[in-house]
Amino acid sequence: MAIFNRNHLLALVAAAAITGCTTVPNETGSANGTDTAATETTTEDSSATSYGVGDNTVEGSSVTTDFSATSEVDALLSYTTVYFDFDKANIRPDAYAALKAHAVYLSANAAARLRLDGHADERGTREYNLALGERRAKAAASYLAANGASRSQLEVISYGEERPAVMSSNESSWAKNRRVELKYTAVAP
Amino acid sequence: MEKCLGFELKKGSILKVKKNLSYLVMLCCWVMAQSAHAELVVEVTQGLDDAQPVAIVPFEWKGDGRVPTDIASVVAADLHRSGQFRPIERKKMLSRPSQKDQVYFRDWRVLGAEFLLIGRLDRDQGGRYLVEFELFDVLRGVVVKHGKASGKKLRAISHYISDLVYEHLTGVKGAFSTHLVYVTMEQLGKGKQLFKLHHADADGFNDVVILRSPEPILSPSWAPNGRDVAYVSFEGTRPGIYIQNTLTGKKQKITGFPGLNGAPSFSPDGKKLAMVLSKDGNPEIYTMNFSSGKLTRLTNHYGIDTEPNWAPDGQSIIFTSSRGGGPQIYRVDLASHKVERLTFTGNYNARSSITPDGRFLIMVHRNAGVFHIAVQDLLRGSFDVLTETSLDESPSVAPNGVMVIYATQRHGKGVLEAVSMDKRVKVRLPSSKGHVREPAWSPFLY
Repeated sequence: MAIFNRNHLLALVAAAAITGCTTVPNETGSANGTDTAATETTTEDSSATSYGVGDNTVEGSSVTTDFSATSEVDALLSYTTVYFDFDKANIRPDAYAALKAHAVYLSANAAARLRLDGHADERGTREYNLALGERRAKAAASYLAANGASRSQLEVISYGEERPAVMSSNESSWAKNRRVELKYTAVAP
Repeated sequence: MEKCLGFELKKGSILKVKKNLSYLVMLCCWVMAQSAHAELVVEVTQGLDDAQPVAIVPFEWKGDGRVPTDIASVVAADLHRSGQFRPIERKKMLSRPSQKDQVYFRDWRVLGAEFLLIGRLDRDQGGRYLVEFELFDVLRGVVVKHGKASGKKLRAISHYISDLVYEHLTGVKGAFSTHLVYVTMEQLGKGKQLFKLHHADADGFNDVVILRSPEPILSPSWAPNGRDVAYVSFEGTRPGIYIQNTLTGKKQKITGFPGLNGAPSFSPDGKKLAMVLSKDGNPEIYTMNFSSGKLTRLTNHYGIDTEPNWAPDGQSIIFTSSRGGGPQIYRVDLASHKVERLTFTGNYNARSSITPDGRFLIMVHRNAGVFHIAVQDLLRGSFDVLTETSLDESPSVAPNGVMVIYATQRHGKGVLEAVSMDKRVKVRLPSSKGHVREPAWSPFLY
């Protein structure tokens, strides 16, 4: 079974940088009361659109990357999803090579910033899965840091089971949902 | 007299058995038709075989025009939904009294009704409804409860009457006037989701969306005042704990620390909020004092500590921890900070809460890879699985401790179901839209 999702192309890394630098259209979280006059409360917080793979902001942007690397490293950098075993947060050996490539890239490009989104499958409770997703993202961040990335380049967030990659209840979907997604919010200038 | 009573009782029980099935089917259809305006529809999937027959006679409307809400049908639906009562079909009623002197007990004895509810309603100049009602013990032929209720909303008045009837007949306070909050998620396309926090009556009516967001909403939890709700919202892409007044819709951000901001739970006196934060590196349990804003850290372990919930006496907090390997339930004493493990059955127990009487621990329990809602008797230590579905989660106990509402999946869709603590009554609340999850049952409103 493929450990990394192959359809994440290198262009994503550069495209992610664009979404990271441009102002993202905000959607405001609004609150209504249960009384007849439903008052709408706008808060200072607004929800940014996600940086998800396959997002429309990514598609159609024809940005070429200029960080020089061998095709092998390019290939490794194109792996932006790390998968985990059930109820586990340890990095599996099959993820080492790609994570090392990202660590090397980060250490060579001090301006690059990476966000690690931790996820869990739907089994188990939501809050426990939030904690599990954070453990996974932190484990990936620690691995990157141990291999040359600076902690200040890394940001960790957990979505638990709230943002599944695949919406169905079977072993193969669960395996795809137990993951950490690597998302560059800034790349080398 | 005693002989006569015995005869009537026997006769009633024979009728009971014969009518049970057709009656239930009929009532289910009726309840469904009644609920056309509700987002959630409540269906009883398993009631008591010996459900008590009661007669709820249509209330007399003394005002002008059409009666705005059929109080008797709301009360009958409430009592039916408890699984403990079997309201008599209207078309079988031989008379429709609305005054005490119109009641002929033989009309109700012949139908096997053990109790009879009648009433009248009027509207005053200000648009306020005034309702009077009497509950009769048919076998003894006496009024056992009578009362008045007034208000602007007839459904609320109806639930109030249901609560009184239920309490008189069972000895347990009714929870029909309570509310639910729950979350729905709609998948809008690739990578796009719409999350909504709903507020509804306990029967699914008056459903109002009180928060909508493209980012996750989870872990709603009621304040003891029955008005404020705390929840986790990812608006702004990072999780924060918010408290929203459900009446005005005003919300306030309580925490937004780096890392997890999760699982808010109000103390029984409403003065503190327990939560999980990972700002110090690890998910740990904290309490926040509302008056001082001060945070107190209760746990210190490299494992996952999450899902705090207060014991009803406010002296301790139970939580989920992976410190022993898989998740299990622990209790931390607030005075000494001493931690003890509570669950030992199976290798996955999480999201626990304690019933209002302090006696039982409700939790999500995994057995052979399947997730169920389970209950542990804290006094005797016995352990029992309440549900038969899979992927069951987020149990929330009614304030009277009778039913547990929880989220599960049916045909790949998230739905809400409820089961009685004795497993004899089961209720399903399918929704028309999206995946339904994270139910939280409000405290008593009065």
